[in-house]
Order: sequence, then structure tokens, then C-alpha cells
Amino acid sequence: MKKLITAAIALSGAGLLLAACVAGGGSSMSSTGENGISDNPDAWSGYKTATAETQAMNDDDFENPVMPYVDLAAGIYNSRDNAGKISCADCHGAPDDATGGRSGIPMKGVGANYPRFNAETGKPINVELQINKCREERQVEKGFKYEGDEMIGMTALVRMQSRGMPVVSKAADPANELHAAWTAGKEFYYQRRGQLDMACSNCHEDHAGDLIRAETLSQGQSNGFPTYRFKWQKPGTLHRRFAGCNKNIRAEAFGRGSDEYLNLETYLAWRGRGLPVEAPSVRK
Amino acid sequence: MKHSKLLATAFGVAVAGAISFSAQAEEMMATFEIVDGTIPQSLTGTPGDADAGRKTAIDRKKGNCLACHVMPIPEQQFHGETGPALDGIGDRLSEAELRMRMVDAKVINPDTMMPSFYKTGQHMVLKKFEGKTILSAQEVEDVVAYLLTLK
Ligand code: HEC
Ligand code: HEC
Repeated sequence: MKKLITAAIALSGAGLLLAACVAGGGSSMSSTGENGISDNPDAWSGYKTATAETQAMNDDDFENPVMPYVDLAAGIYNSRDNAGKISCADCHGAPDDATGGRSGIPMKGVGANYPRFNAETGKPINVELQINKCREERQVEKGFKYEGDEMIGMTALVRMQSRGMPVVSKAADPANELHAAWTAGKEFYYQRRGQLDMACSNCHEDHAGDLIRAETLSQGQSNGFPTYRFKWQKPGTLHRRFAGCNKNIRAEAFGRGSDEYLNLETYLAWRGRGLPVEAPSVRK
Repeated sequence: MKHSKLLATAFGVAVAGAISFSAQAEEMMATFEIVDGTIPQSLTGTPGDADAGRKTAIDRKKGNCLACHVMPIPEQQFHGETGPALDGIGDRLSEAELRMRMVDAKVINPDTMMPSFYKTGQHMVLKKFEGKTILSAQEVEDVVAYLLTLK
């Protein structure tokens, strides 16, 4: 982990640069150069409280059960088999091409800098929705199902190019375009809900590190998603996890990709700023 | 300080379908009085059954107390620790104090993580639990009776 973080610092310059491109406006990236780590020293990843066995599976790409989904997505990434007759690689180069191919927008850094602000909708856009935006607008195809194998694989493929890079979020800054989303996400985070009347903060802030039955509560950070869970027997998106945590306290869940969860995702990225991207992760 | 809390009797209109769910759906909520952060009177008038209370405390769909508390229940593995251990709680708290914590621990500590086991009206409750308390009034009495045996 230490090594990852060091590497992350070295890479963060490139990440920020890329983020400015992707944002297509980039006004929110005025703080180039900060990596966020010193700003948020108490953040820790759920990786820390995973068992050694789970950690080993997480760390070894031959064992990591998300990799078959990544392989599936890598095929799609290179395929021109779509109405637009254009592959992801045609625009962005290979997934690990730091120059970003024809578009100049590399996949490296995306995972560390999303959600971004989408000026067209005036809302946050996360990696999943960005993938579908490209798919619909450039490839002229129907978007992937939010929780489908293709989407999970593609999100993992994209986000893993940022492995070790620190999560960047400036959304707490009132001048930031994502600030309204951040504020709404924060309200959600502290709002008690469900028959058990609990807020995210009750578990992941007040009791992070404590045992809840057989599980050690983590800070509920988002830096490892998509995540393979033994409980799910497959990888899932961050929004699936939100819905699970909502239902566990007998609260109504929101839809995958809903405004509520996009706001929450925006807020969580800020809570986890400085943590290294660890996608795709493995958890209990 | 003495104030009373009258809880609305179950809404008159039983939504079709809701009727079939559970006994709690149809149970009229008991009224109770909070006196200095305690509830001295039984919610039901029927004495609690400590054995039933122990079962309710274990049941993950009911009390699920072990999620958060270490309790003298050795046959169950994995006791949580977000709340204090409950060994000896029957010596530390009175029946009236325990009943208050079971009904609505937030009256004692508004910031607590502990669910309010006999309360309705929380935010965004899953449809199938809407208007229902986590435990019935008698289950609350049972758990209180069980806790009082922890000396
Ligand atoms: C009743 C307790 C509880 C509440 C309330 C709760 N969670 Fe969780 N959450 C858990 C548990 C248990 C886990 C699995 C262990 C862990 O990582 O904490 C978890 C895991 C997570 C994870 C995955 C972390 C990782 O590293 O894999 C995220 C993200 C998360 N929660 C977010 C939230 C958000 C956002 C909310 C509010 C909408 C919330 N949780 C509410 C109990 C809770
Ligand atoms: C989600 C967590 C959670 C659950 C579930 C839970 N509790 Fe608690 N409980 C707590 C916490 C945290 C406290 C500490 C007091 C506070 O927060 O104000 C507490 C306090 C208590 C106390 C007071 C202890 C003392 O030493 O003063 C009693 C009694 C108690 N709980 C009983 C129960 C019983 C019985 C159940 C199940 C029917 C239960 N709790 C379920 C979290 C929980």
C-alpha cells in the first residue's frame, strides 16, 4: 500500500492534467499540484480491514475475480462492431496509453477524478454514465445496463488505469461546479433513514473500525469500486452498495445512476480524497 | 420534567395488502408516558417473558441486539461492539430506564446509533415496514424482562 501511495503522488500531476481535459472546462481544477493526502490524513480504505486472504485476492490480478469482466470489456473496448463503427481505442488509444490516442483523453486518471460536472445536464457524471454517454453519442448504440457485466467490466477497466493515483475532489469548495451536488450528498450522508433510523455517518464515521456483528465497519470509502463481494458472488457498482446499505436499515433505496446516488458519490469521493484508487477491489 | 407522548393509534385506513404482513401492522400502538427519561409503566400490562425476550434479542429480524452488543449469549458467535457490553445491565439500569432505551434510545442520546424499537415515522422507510415498529409492545416488554435477568 505504501508503495502505491508514493507512486500515486508521482503520478498525480498527470492525473490532474487529464482531468482538466476530460472536464472540458476544467475551471474547477485550479488547484493543480495538490494531491489531497495532507488535506485528509485520516481517510482509510476498506482494504485495511479486509482479511489477509481477501487482500491477497484483491492484490493478485490472476486471482481477482473482477478480471474476467475486465477481459470481456477489453474486447468491447477494441471493437468497432457498433453503429458508429468506432471503438473506444480509436478515440482514446489503448487503455493504458497515457497520450489518450486521437482524442488526447487517456483512461489513466479518469478513475481518480470522477465524478465530474456535466455542463449539459448540470449534474455530476460518474464513470458508468460517461461510458454510456460515449457509447450512445459516439458509438450510436444503446448504453450498457448499469449493473450488467459489460458495464462492470468497462468501469473496472477504466478505473484500474488510475490504480495508486490519489482520488481528487475539490467539490467542497463553494466555487466548484460540483458544490451543489456535494452539499446534497452530504445532507444524504448525515440524514437518518429507514426503520432502523440510521445515517451513513452512524456506521462509517461514528463507528468505523468497530465490529458490527462479524463485520468490521470501514469508513465506507468508494476508492475500490467496482468491488467483488463474496456475499454477491459477483462484482457490483458503488450504487449497488449504496442500495444495500440503505436496505439493511430498512430504508427505500434509490435507483442506480439516480441524482441522489450521484450526489452521494460526489460527496464520498471528497471524503476519500487522497486515497489511492484501488479498483477493482475484493471484499467480504 | 414530565411530559407525555401520545402516539397515534394506527391509521384507520388499512391499505389493502398491508393486512397480510404481520401482527404489528394491525396492532394499535400502545400509548406511554415518559417521566424523566424513563418509562415506568408497562406498555401492555402483561408481564414480560424473559425467555421469549432472549430469543427476540438474538433474532436478526427482531432485536438483532448482538449486531451491536456483547451479551452473555455464548451459543451465538460474533457479538458486535458498537454499543456497550450488556453483562450486568440489570444491575445498572432500572426497569423504567431499560424500557425507555428499548422504546426510543434517542430520548436519552439523540446521536445514538441504537435503533428506536418502538417508534414509527422515520424517514424513507421501506414500504413494507412503513408505519410499523421494529418490535411489538409485548416484545419490548419481553426484552426488558430478559435484560433485568442480566445481573
Ligand atoms: C447499519 C450500518 C450501516 C449503515 C447505516 C451504512 N452502512 Fe455502508 N457498510 C456497512 C457494512 C457492515 C459494510 C461492510 C464493511 C465495511 O466496509 O464497512 C459497509 C460497506 C460500505 C461501503 C463499501 C466500502 C468498501 O471499502 O468496500 C460503502 C461505499 C458504504 N458502505 C457506503 C455507505 C453509505 C453511503 C451509507 C449511507 C447511505 C451507508 N454505507 C450506510 C454498514 C452500514
Ligand atoms: C445498531 C446498533 C445497536 C443495536 C442494534 C442495539 N443497540 Fe443498544 N446501544 C447501542 C449503542 C451505541 C449504545 C450506547 C448508548 C448510546 O449510544 O447512547 C447502546 C446502549 C444500550 C443500552 C444501555 C447500556 C448502558 O450501559 O447504559 C441498553 C440496555 C441497550 N443498548 C440494549 C439493547 C438491546 C436489548 C438491543 C436489541 C433489542 C439493542 N440494544 C440493540 C447500539 C445498538
